[in-house]
Amino acid sequence: MKDLSKVNNPYNDEKVISQCSIFGMMNTSGELVSGVPIITAIRNMHERGNGLGGGFAIYGCYPDRPDDYCLQIMFNTLVSREETENYLERFFHIHHSEEIPTCPLDAIKNPPDVWRYFVHPKMEEMHEVISEDDVVTRRVMRINTHLESAYVFSSGKNMGVFKGVGFPEEIADYFCLEQYKGYIWTAHGRFPTNTQGWWGGAHPFSQLDWTVVHNGEISSYGANRRFLEMYDYICTMHTDTEVIAYAVDLLARKHGLPIETVMDIFSPPVWEQIDRMGPDEKKYFNMLRSTYGSLLLNGPFAIIVAHHGEMVAHTDRIRLRPMVAGIKGDMVYASSEESAIRLVSKELDRVWIPTGGHPVIARLKVDEKHDVIVGGKELPGTTVMEAD
Amino acid sequence: MLTALLPEFNIERDEDRCIQCRVCERQCSFDVYGYDADHNVMVHREENCVACQRCTVLCPTNALLICESRYAYKPNANWTREAISDLKKQAETGGVLLTGMGCDKPHKNYWDHILINASQVTNPSIDPLREPMELRTILGRKPDKLRIVNGKLQAPDYPSIELSTPIMFGAMSYGAISYNSFKSLAQAAYEFGTMFNTGEGGWPKELRKYGSATIVQCASGRFGIDLEYFNDASMVEIKIGQGAKPGIGGHLPGEKVSEHISLTRMIPEGSDAISPAPHHDIYSIEDLQMLIHALKEATDYQKPISVKISAVHNAPAIASGMVRAGADIIVLDGLRGGTGAAPKTLRDNVGIPIELALAAVDTRLRNEGVRNWASLVASGGIRNSSDVFKAIALGADAVYIGTPALIALGCTVCQKCYTGKCAWGITTQDPYLSKRVNPEIGTQALTNLLRAWSLEIKELLGCGGINSIESVRGNRLQLRGIGLEDWELETLGIRGAGQ
Repeated sequence: MKDLSKVNNPYNDEKVISQCSIFGMMNTSGELVSGVPIITAIRNMHERGNGLGGGFAIYGCYPDRPDDYCLQIMFNTLVSREETENYLERFFHIHHSEEIPTCPLDAIKNPPDVWRYFVHPKMEEMHEVISEDDVVTRRVMRINTHLESAYVFSSGKNMGVFKGVGFPEEIADYFCLEQYKGYIWTAHGRFPTNTQGWWGGAHPFSQLDWTVVHNGEISSYGANRRFLEMYDYICTMHTDTEVIAYAVDLLARKHGLPIETVMDIFSPPVWEQIDRMGPDEKKYFNMLRSTYGSLLLNGPFAIIVAHHGEMVAHTDRIRLRPMVAGIKGDMVYASSEESAIRLVSKELDRVWIPTGGHPVIARLKVDEKHDVIVGGKELPGTTVMEAD
Repeated sequence: MLTALLPEFNIERDEDRCIQCRVCERQCSFDVYGYDADHNVMVHREENCVACQRCTVLCPTNALLICESRYAYKPNANWTREAISDLKKQAETGGVLLTGMGCDKPHKNYWDHILINASQVTNPSIDPLREPMELRTILGRKPDKLRIVNGKLQAPDYPSIELSTPIMFGAMSYGAISYNSFKSLAQAAYEFGTMFNTGEGGWPKELRKYGSATIVQCASGRFGIDLEYFNDASMVEIKIGQGAKPGIGGHLPGEKVSEHISLTRMIPEGSDAISPAPHHDIYSIEDLQMLIHALKEATDYQKPISVKISAVHNAPAIASGMVRAGADIIVLDGLRGGTGAAPKTLRDNVGIPIELALAAVDTRLRNEGVRNWASLVASGGIRNSSDVFKAIALGADAVYIGTPALIALGCTVCQKCYTGKCAWGITTQDPYLSKRVNPEIGTQALTNLLRAWSLEIKELLGCGGINSIESVRGNRLQLRGIGLEDWELETLGIRGAGQ
């Protein structure tokens, strides 16, 4: 088994430490929008990164193949690509494959080959009751942990993750992202404390169509990780972002909990608040905290979690990392800095600093009237800044 | 009887300071002091002194100094003074050597080889005086997963207990300790929002009002047990073993079984209270399962059932079996755990340190995927708040403390609990001695202790950038070992300092 932790964590630190800029935008009508605004926004937060990692997740970017799992895989060697393709052919029906187009530029040194494969798992070979999602997850884990020099960036349907070593705006140029369209975009600029030469270590982290971009350092990493290991997640990368991605996968996908509940688990109210709640709410939080206490994310974080239909911006409960949210028409923005939002949308209907521990959830409208839940809970103490 | 033993301690009296008030004589329960009226001086029987320091503290003129004996045999690394004295005692009595309190041998203390992390730069430390800092702890079985159906949370309703701080008072029975000490523990736990454990000596009726802070024990002697006893409490603990004396039972001599103790234990006044070594209805794991379920039936599945074992070599496998047998809480009592009376040879040589046992059990339960099914309580040798923090980071949900609580009540760890003569009034049933513990002052001392430790734990959390105790639980990355060998680091599941 290859040791990803050595690739991503050459000094064998207990976890890879990095801080960041994050930005997310979603069109809640599902209209596909260009990547130019988010590239502009993340470029504006250049100083929050140090050029050692940048990346993007795009939802809705492969409308021609909406039902295929799109595996975006990086290869360091030709041999590893051949080996991986043999593996894919063995376990998947490959409907289409291609090298992801790039525009070489000076800043991007020694890039790996990145390919995408539109596939379906060979379910007819499975001799157990298991979902397609679980099969894909298992195969992706296998590639990541066993196939030399190959690493899967993303594996969801009609979405993709593009990331690498460089400033995020350079990564965008390298992968020609201004040519893509999507209804959710998230982006990340990274400031690792060690030199990281590995493309797989950049954000977003992804599991199926779930992606996470993260700014912070989870102090509860050891507790979170040991809890996830009980559920057979192998934390190979030694990063706290990986732990968040797996926690979302466990809670939202495997345990089927709504995303609001997942966020309540990550940053629950303090006990004193819970004690003052009504009986139902009190029971709810009591159960969450006693059952999933080991998945409370402690320490500073701001995250943007996305999957098809939802984008969630969230911070730790004492808000030790910045997060600003804004709305303009159908567009919802979340960003480390307000200036980045203002740069792409000078006029905003609303812009505010979400209360720590209370998620901002942007959800796809299913009809004209309903299901636009934007803004999360605005509690006393929320700073509301009216648009000028 | 003439003894060939050397006195263990020297008593030095400053005759210039002594005013012959005879306080020392009245306070000493070991018959050390006398008064020579003819010469108006105090006289000493040094050989009786146990260094409990009661006289020293109460002497109004500071005239007394009790210190380690200067009587000496020829120094010898093998035939130490202790070894020679033990042999002489056995030659004189032909009996098992008894002792009290926890193992006093210098076995490696792993707490002292573990260091704690703090936040610098990349994540901020948190000031517990300004920010919420949470110690609330819930013990009991936890579901593997929750479900939300039609917006409603659906979860199995497992019984649990809630603690305001992850520190409970461990089992010390009424009989082993005095009524006033027992009452102090009950009141302090109740006031502070944590639990005390009755031990196996029953539970006086008038203290049942503290039921929300009470854990009752069901041990091999089954003293004081009826349906009310279980149902008035918050949790029932099956005691299999005790760290100080794994594999053996207990014996409360008949002379200590007063009228009140007789009522509480439901045994005749003056009769010996003997706890057999094993439960005679538990000869294997399936028998334990039956007792656990019998107790769950008896309490209508409203109380969590814990099982306490001493930390022995194969504790991980045993603990895993206990969890599968239905235990909601596993209590591990380590080598250094205290006792009112135990054979010295067992206390000092049987069992393993709690640090290693705790880490091994937590790891095993996680590897088996059953860690959620039971909470884990560590006890035996916890001395201070950082030991508590380290225990939780190794994997404990909470700890029991015994000796620290007794020290708060006045104990000086002279190890003479088994004599029933405790001069501090803690481990005695002599009314003249036991009134030396005032339950109100004792309660205050104990709540002070809990408060001080809780504040310190909050500081330790805050310095590590963590604001809730559950983020420390099993978070072994918060710990580093120092002066430990590879196998020890591996068993503890921690890295070495600097790694």
